[in-house]
Amino acid sequence: MGKIILKKVNKSFGATQVIPGIDLTIEDGEFVVFVGPSGCGKSTLLRLIAGLEDTTSGSIEIDGRDVTGEAPARRGLAMVFQSYALYPHMSVRNNIAFPLKMAKMDQAAIDKKVTDAARVLNLTNYLDRRPGQLSGGQRQRVAIGRAIVREPSAFLFDEPLSNLDAALRGTMRLEISELHHQLKTTMIYVTHDQVEAMTMADKIVVLNAGNIEQVGSPLDLYNKPDNLFVAGFIGSPRMNFVKGEAAKPWNAPTVGIRPEHLKLSKESGTWKGLVGVAEHLGSDTFLHVNAEGIGMMTVRAGGDFPVTHGDTVYLTPEEGRIHRFDDKGLAIR
Amino acid sequence: MARAVSTRRTVVFTIAAWIIALIIFFPILYTIITSFKSETEAIQGFNIVPSGTVESYQAVQAQSNYFKFFLNSVILSLGSTLLALLIAVPAAWSMAFSPTAKTKDILMWMLSTKMMPAVAVLVPIYLLFRDFGLLDSRIGLTVMLTMINLPIVIWMLYTYFREIPGEILEAARMDGASLWGEIVYVLTPMAVPGIASTMLLNIILAWNEAFWTIRLTTTNAAPLTAFIASFSSPQGLFWAKLSAASTLAIAPILIMGWFSQKQLVRGLTFGAVK
Ligand SMILES: Nc1ncnc2c1ncn2[C@@H]1O[C@H](COP(=O)(O)OP(=O)(O)O)[C@@H](O)[C@H]1O
Ligand SMILES: [Mg+2]
Repeated sequence: MGKIILKKVNKSFGATQVIPGIDLTIEDGEFVVFVGPSGCGKSTLLRLIAGLEDTTSGSIEIDGRDVTGEAPARRGLAMVFQSYALYPHMSVRNNIAFPLKMAKMDQAAIDKKVTDAARVLNLTNYLDRRPGQLSGGQRQRVAIGRAIVREPSAFLFDEPLSNLDAALRGTMRLEISELHHQLKTTMIYVTHDQVEAMTMADKIVVLNAGNIEQVGSPLDLYNKPDNLFVAGFIGSPRMNFVKGEAAKPWNAPTVGIRPEHLKLSKESGTWKGLVGVAEHLGSDTFLHVNAEGIGMMTVRAGGDFPVTHGDTVYLTPEEGRIHRFDDKGLAIR
Repeated sequence: MARAVSTRRTVVFTIAAWIIALIIFFPILYTIITSFKSETEAIQGFNIVPSGTVESYQAVQAQSNYFKFFLNSVILSLGSTLLALLIAVPAAWSMAFSPTAKTKDILMWMLSTKMMPAVAVLVPIYLLFRDFGLLDSRIGLTVMLTMINLPIVIWMLYTYFREIPGEILEAARMDGASLWGEIVYVLTPMAVPGIASTMLLNIILAWNEAFWTIRLTTTNAAPLTAFIASFSSPQGLFWAKLSAASTLAIAPILIMGWFSQKQLVRGLTFGAVK
């Protein structure tokens, strides 16, 4: 079990308020991702849940039990750190066994659990090495191994993939998702990378300056962003925003349209513009178009759309895909 | 071609390094050489080939009991090192792991005490030692040496402890380690190399300390530094005997330094190379 409820959780470091007050419910078995720009308080929130920081006010409940004042170890959670935080003087085996030793489990049971975890994580041949003798991906797996043997009620991950190269990040992302399907344990995953958030999460919590901007499934956030911040943060490349005169036809101060929801034509369309840089990814081509009266817009074209720098093109938004926002940046529905 | 040049450079640098090392080491070498000369030889001027006589050593041993001084040196340097560690480990620990706004100031203040010349406090300390009956006592001198080296010991330990990443301690806490478990299984093993090299360095410093050991002792508590000094006073200068005494005094610490050099170097460059 691992249902976590935050009630008016507030955190200040001295005079600086980092988390002004958060209410959030995380259901048992969910994969929740906290996403937001660097410095927005994601790690702080995770550390509050872990018990590594004390809340300034508010309360945290795990499975109906108030754990606000409890020590980290007593919360039954496991954490995987960005730096892996492996014990450098212990073998991989002892690293993984450490939480079990601390729990005074008997040696036979420890051995079995470590062996099982090593098999799941492809670490069997590395059990007698020190962390210093492993690659980044292997260290990451040891850190995960140390977390899973405890059978925690929830896993906490703080940007676990940010020290890995792009290819390995892709693989580890899948491995962690796969692990979640096998274990069905609550996982809270912190990242600043919206692609990680979109691909892994059941539920995304978008944070900005310590506040929750929106909570929802990846597709909810993609299709119905509550405000300009979420609209701009979720989705890659970024949503285009059209302001002022050009937004008038939709009766809103600002409208947003994603690059993939603009139709591209060489003959006619709503907005006229000049093609700037084209980014060819093979499957797609992203064109940066300087549209008259709007400015730079990004458009997704097919992999082989024939344009060159300086061509004139026309853009037409798909009607049903236009997002409208009021003066305060909130979505108008 | 490039290869030949680089080989020549290596040779040149190796020779230069040997020459510099020899210049630095030469005073010690010359002391050892002189200790194997007779007094007449020693006084005759520069000569690096001694006759090889051991009469100076025999004279030194006959004149005063080397072993007693040696024992005092061991007691004082080990005792003051242990006492310093006992105070410094918790102090450095708390400053490294739960620093406050004043931590930096405290550290600077500690260091500043080392900037004062020792002679400036000679009189008050001498009087205090006299009034409390600590003159020429091992306990008094152990405390004195502890105080002298404490700032350096705390600084060294502080830098070592700072190198231990906080996330590892947090990981231990998450893994259910109690404070005691954290100290025993995680912190201590990671801190031991740093503590060991601090200890070695402090033993050397305490062993070689000559200002206070000579002034606050006469016979009972006198270590090897006083042993050396005793050969430079009474009946004029005896270079060969003085050299023999010096050689005997530095030999133990040289041997210890030789055997622990790996640990010492590793400790002193901790963090620089990882
Ligand atoms: N121990 C601390 N003391 C003071 N300020 C802190 C501390 N930890 C974090 N902060 C501040 O809180 C804010 C959020 O930090 P953090 O939660 O690490 O952000 P994120 O993980 O989203 O990048 C930052 O502005 C950071 O400077
Ligand atoms: Mg962070």
